[in-house]
This record gives sequence, structure tokens and C-alpha cells, in this order.
Amino acid sequence: MAAAVAASRAGASVALLDDNPAVGGQIWRGEAQAGGNPEAARWFRALGSLPVEVISGAGVFHIESGVLVAETAGGVLAIAHRELILATGARELFLPFPGWTLPNVFGAGGLQALLKTGLPVEQKRITIAGTGPLLLAVASYARKRGAQVLGICEQAGFEKMARFGMAAARLPRKLKEGVLLGWDLRGIPYWTNCWPIAAIGRERIESVRLLHNGRIREMECDYLACGFHLVPNIELAQYVGCRIEAGFVKVDEFQRTSVPNVYCAGEPTSIGGLELSILEGQIAGSTAAGDRAAARRLFAERARYVEFAAELARAFKLRGELKSLADPGTLLCRCEDVPVGRVSPFDSWRAAKLHTRCGMGPCQGRVCGSAAEFLFGWGTDSVRPPVLAVDCASLAAASNVGPSGKESI
Amino acid sequence: MVVRVNGASIEVPSGATVAVAMVMAQAPSRISVSGRPRMPFCGMGTCFECRCEINGQAQRRGCQTLCRPDMDIRTHG
Repeated sequence: MAAAVAASRAGASVALLDDNPAVGGQIWRGEAQAGGNPEAARWFRALGSLPVEVISGAGVFHIESGVLVAETAGGVLAIAHRELILATGARELFLPFPGWTLPNVFGAGGLQALLKTGLPVEQKRITIAGTGPLLLAVASYARKRGAQVLGICEQAGFEKMARFGMAAARLPRKLKEGVLLGWDLRGIPYWTNCWPIAAIGRERIESVRLLHNGRIREMECDYLACGFHLVPNIELAQYVGCRIEAGFVKVDEFQRTSVPNVYCAGEPTSIGGLELSILEGQIAGSTAAGDRAAARRLFAERARYVEFAAELARAFKLRGELKSLADPGTLLCRCEDVPVGRVSPFDSWRAAKLHTRCGMGPCQGRVCGSAAEFLFGWGTDSVRPPVLAVDCASLAAASNVGPSGKESI
Repeated sequence: MVVRVNGASIEVPSGATVAVAMVMAQAPSRISVSGRPRMPFCGMGTCFECRCEINGQAQRRGCQTLCRPDMDIRTHG
């Protein structure tokens, strides 16, 4: 959104494509409807007041010769462009543990997304586990909607959290956020050195077993929300050939990637949160539209949040114990039901895929591949078309598309 | 608004996605390759656990589809 607004203000003709039903990414999911967040409202108003063509429900699955091809509910769209800004965000990292595939076990961001799109949780007993500041945000949101949050389980140790808290407090916005969150979460146990070791139940989760400071805790719950921080969605950037370093899209100070006319902003360049994404989006948008001066004015503020991003990475680094939560029988690949034990004998992602089909289902390794990278240290393959699982009809339509402008098929 | 999950009517809040409807109805979205029930998981269009048939169209991601009045949602769970 920030990139579109900045580019449009600088005079460019802008189209914004989003796979989700409405714009706003994960953090402002549902805000277009609900409107509870003043900052989000300002950006939505700005976007609405500018001649930006917003296309929601559009999943980009191919890009070639300056034409972007996307699947929508109504058919395939092809859009020619001169500059391309990729703001594809991040997804959660999920790690397998016994019972993680049971119904009512959600991602932490997963539960938050469901909450933001209307899931009622009054009186539901919810345990939140994993790592990252997201756990606190989800807990706060769930509680405000009437859930009984039983506890927040953070795998990082207490000293790390304390250090992170102090680093975050140096940014006025983050300090305020922290204080408000602390108040919102009063009375809810926040356990560090704590992680889930099993989700127990027959047809759905009935209780969760946790390890906390070496002791086992077991508690009944209705929902378990579990996520281990974020993985950047770099697939589209990889697809168009952008250079990737240490798992992130490499960009210069103007958010330019290694591919001419392609920019990248937000989480795919580094996991840094909302403020950094908005700043990077504006820098990319202004630069793409030719207004470098506007971009430069944001460099100093961006630098402060880049430092915060580094603190985030340090604080929430995953501990080694999380590599052994799964039994050999625990599923690694949810799409193809491939257990960890079948995959572990291999020495590369490619070999594991070819022999077991893990990573070959609809999610194309977005869940299991990222987990395998942590569990086994395997890098994942190059990205091949289609970037997103789409209907055969969409693939057929895409082959009829030429670089002549926007066509609806 | 009212939508139907496997033929049964259910009242969902405005702005709800199909995934929300399935969780409210506690209707597993699909049965996995080895026969186990699954529900929406990632909430953001990445994991495909929430795929279901919506108004006759198969393999739609429930979490990326907004409910519309009288929508016919069929899970395979």
C-alpha cells in the first residue's frame, strides 16, 4: 500500500495486485472493513484518494517480459508494467511436533488472520506458542475478543527477551506498543524457555503438552496457535531472477534489486515489522516513480528500524531443541502426508522431494520446505512456474497472453 | 449473513471468510492423503489446508474467499 501511494503521489500510473480478498497484508487484514486502527485508516484513505488501480484476489503466478500474469476468480489477468515493486510479505515458520496437524491447531498468525476475518472466540481456551512478538499481538487480540488465553509460550530464554525489550524500548513507537501490550496481557502467564512438545486429541486438539524450564506442563485447550516467527516470501523475486542473500532479497538503499526495474520492499528484504515495511514501500514507490528526493528523506528513519530488525533476528533465533520435537512418525509434509522419518535419511531437499513427494503438494514446500531448512539445513530449489498453484484453465489462458497490455480472459 | 456448510445453514459475521465458516461449523475442510481430518491452518493462503468447494467451484482456498449470502460450501471432511 505504501509503495502504491508513494508512487502515485509522485505521478506514476500504478496498479496494486494482492492475492488476499482485501489489501493490508497480514497486519491490517480486515482493516478495510473494520477500521479500528487509525494509522491503517489513514493509509486506506490515502490509497482510496489516488488513481491507483487496486486488484484484490489476484494471485500472480507468472512474470515474463514485463508482463505479470495473475489468476483471479473471474479468469486470468495480464498486466504490462515498466517498473515492478514486490511487496510479497512473509509467512510463518511452522515446525512439526506430534499432533501439529490436528484440527484446531492453527498458526499464530493463522489464528490472528481468522480472528481478523471474524472468527468468534468467546470463552474459547487458547494456548499460544512458538516465538516472536507476534505471539503477544495474537494473545492481545484474542483476549479482546473474549477468549480465555491460557498462556503464551515463548521458546527464547528470559535474558534474550529482556534484552529485546530494552532494545525495542529505544524506539518511541515500540515503547508505547510494549506498554499497551503489557497492560492488555495482564494476568496471562508469559513463559519463556517454553515450547510445545505435543498436541493431544483424537479428532481435534483437546490438550497441549509443553516443556517449560525442563518441566512438563499439560493443559486442556480448545485452540492452539503456534508459529515460530517469519519466513520471507521471496518466491516471486527468485522467479524474476533477483539476487538472494542469506535467504532475503538483496536490495540497495533505494530498494532496487539486482534485476533492472524490479524493487523489493518489506519482509522479503528482512523481517523488520510494520514500520520498516511502510518506510521501504515508500522508498521503493518514490524511486520507481522518479522521485529520489522523497525516497532519501526516509533513509534516516529507515536506519533506526533496520537496527530493530537486527534485534528481532537476534532475540528470536530458534533453539536447537526445536529440531527434535518431531517423532519419526510425525508428519513433515501436510499436503502429501510424508513423515519426518521418511525424509530425514536424505541429504538434500531435492532428493527428499523426488523420493517421497514432500514439497510437491499445493503449498509447494512453503510449509514443509521451510521446516526442512531448519530441521536439516537444506537449501530449497529454484522456483519454477507456476509460482502459485492455479487451475489448469489459468495455465492454458496464460499461454495465450502476449506483452501487449492488460487483457482479461 | 447465512451461508451453508455441507448443506447446514450457519450464521457468520459480515467480512467472514469461508475458512472462518468452516471453523465455526467445526467441519474439517478436507481429509488428508492418509485419511486424517484437517482444518484451516495458516489463515493466509499459503498452506492450502482450507481448500474446499465453493458454489460448485472446487479447490478454492477458504481463507482467501469472503463469504457471500447463501454461499454453498462443501468440505470433503
